[in-house]
Amino acid sequence: MQKVYGSAAEALDGLLTDGMLIAAGGFGLCGIPELLIDAIVESGVKDLTVASNNCGVDGFGLGKLLDTKQIKKMMSSYVGENAEFMRQYLSGELELEFNPQGTLAERMRAGGCGIPGFYTKTGVGTVIAEGKDVKSWNGQDYILEEGIFADLSIVKAWKADDTGNLVFRKTARNFNPPAAMCGKVCVVEVEEIVPRGSLDPDHIHLPGIYVHRIIQGDHEKRIEQRTTRKREDA
Amino acid sequence: MPWDRNQMAARAAQELEDGMYVNLGIGIPTLVANFVGDKDITLQSENGMLGMGPFPFEGEEDPDLINAGKQTITELARTAYFDSATSFGMIRGGKIAAAILGAMEVAENGDLANWMIPGKLVKGMGGAMDLVAGVGKVIVVMDHTNKHGESKVLKACTLPLTGKNVVDRIITNLGVLDVVEGGLKIVETAEGVTEDELRAATEATIVN
Repeated sequence: MQKVYGSAAEALDGLLTDGMLIAAGGFGLCGIPELLIDAIVESGVKDLTVASNNCGVDGFGLGKLLDTKQIKKMMSSYVGENAEFMRQYLSGELELEFNPQGTLAERMRAGGCGIPGFYTKTGVGTVIAEGKDVKSWNGQDYILEEGIFADLSIVKAWKADDTGNLVFRKTARNFNPPAAMCGKVCVVEVEEIVPRGSLDPDHIHLPGIYVHRIIQGDHEKRIEQRTTRKREDA
Repeated sequence: MPWDRNQMAARAAQELEDGMYVNLGIGIPTLVANFVGDKDITLQSENGMLGMGPFPFEGEEDPDLINAGKQTITELARTAYFDSATSFGMIRGGKIAAAILGAMEVAENGDLANWMIPGKLVKGMGGAMDLVAGVGKVIVVMDHTNKHGESKVLKACTLPLTGKNVVDRIITNLGVLDVVEGGLKIVETAEGVTEDELRAATEATIVN
C-alpha cells in the first residue's frame, strides 16, 4: 500500500467533510502539523470540531483555522495565547469544551485502543465532574470520561519510513501519538521520509499501523516563549 | 520580615528529598529548581519529559524542546522523552512524588483553586487538575494574602476548584502550614513573623 503523498492537499484529498471531528497533535506550537493545518485552511471545510491541547496563536497553527472561522468547537486544556479565540468564544461563535490535559490525552489514547470510557480521579469535585458518572473504589471517587474517536488525525513527526513507522523528536512528541491513534484515518507530516530499514525497529515511537498517509515538508517550527540564560564569562 | 519569592522557593526546596521525581508549576515554583543544591532531583515537565535542564544559551534554543510553560529549555544526561498520555499516566498513577504549585486560594480542608476567576477570561486548567489529583504530595507556594490584603488561606474556597482535598502543605510569605484533621497546623513562621501575625492573616481554622 502506498502511504506517501506528494503534498498536504493530496494527502487530505477525500478525507475532509463539514462537521467532522479532527484530533490534532502538538503542545503549544511545538510539534504541530503546520502543513496539514494550512491545507485544511485552503480546503475551506467548515464546522470542524478539533480536539487539540491548545489552539495555536493568532495567525499560526490552529489559529489560522480560527481566522477563517472553520472551527465550530474546540476540545482543549489551555487556550490562553490567542486573542481571536477569546473574541469568538466570548461572542458565542465558538464552542469550547475544557478537558484537563491528562484527561484529554487519555481520552485520545483510549479511543485509539477501543476503550469507550474510563474512570479517573482527575477533576473530582470540580466543574469538570458535572453531569459525569461517579464510581468509588477503596473510598476514592472517580469520574467517567469518554474515549475520543476522531474522524481524522493530523500529526507531526520527525521521521517516517514509507510504511508509516514514526520517530518523534524531544518534546515535540507530546500529543502526537495519542492523537494519531484515535483517528479513523491518520495523516502525518514529517521532516524526513527515510528508506525502509533505516529506522531501528527497536526505536520506533509509533508503529505504522496507526498511519495511513504521509507527507514530507519544510516546517517553520515557531518558538512561542524564547527563553535563554547568559553565558558565564570564561 | 515575610519571606520574599526566593526565600519561599528556598523553603519549598527543603521539602524535596534525594531521588524524588517532582513537577514544578509556573511562577515561584519554577524558582525552586535554583535551591535544590546537591539533592538528586528529577524534574518532570508534563508535556513529555523527565530530567528537565536549565534554559539554553542564546542561539542554542531548540523549537522541539520546551517546558510546560512553552519556554525553551535543555536536556540533561538523564533525560527521557515520552508522549502526553504516558506523561499523565505517571502523574495520575502516583509516580511523581510531589508537585509544587501556585494558588489563588487554598482552604482548610485542602481544596485548591488556581485556574479560573468567574467573569474573567478563562484560559484553561492545563495539567493542574491531573497533577493535584495524582501526585504523591501537593505543596502550594503563594502569598498569604491578595493585593487587597485579604487572606488566601480560607475556611472554604470561593473560586471554582482545581481539586478537592488535595493540598498537603502550604508555604506562604508568612510561614508553613499543613492540612490536618480539622484545619491547618502551623509548622513554622518566617523569620521575624510571629504566630499571631500568621493567625491574623489566616481565615482558615488553625488547630494545635
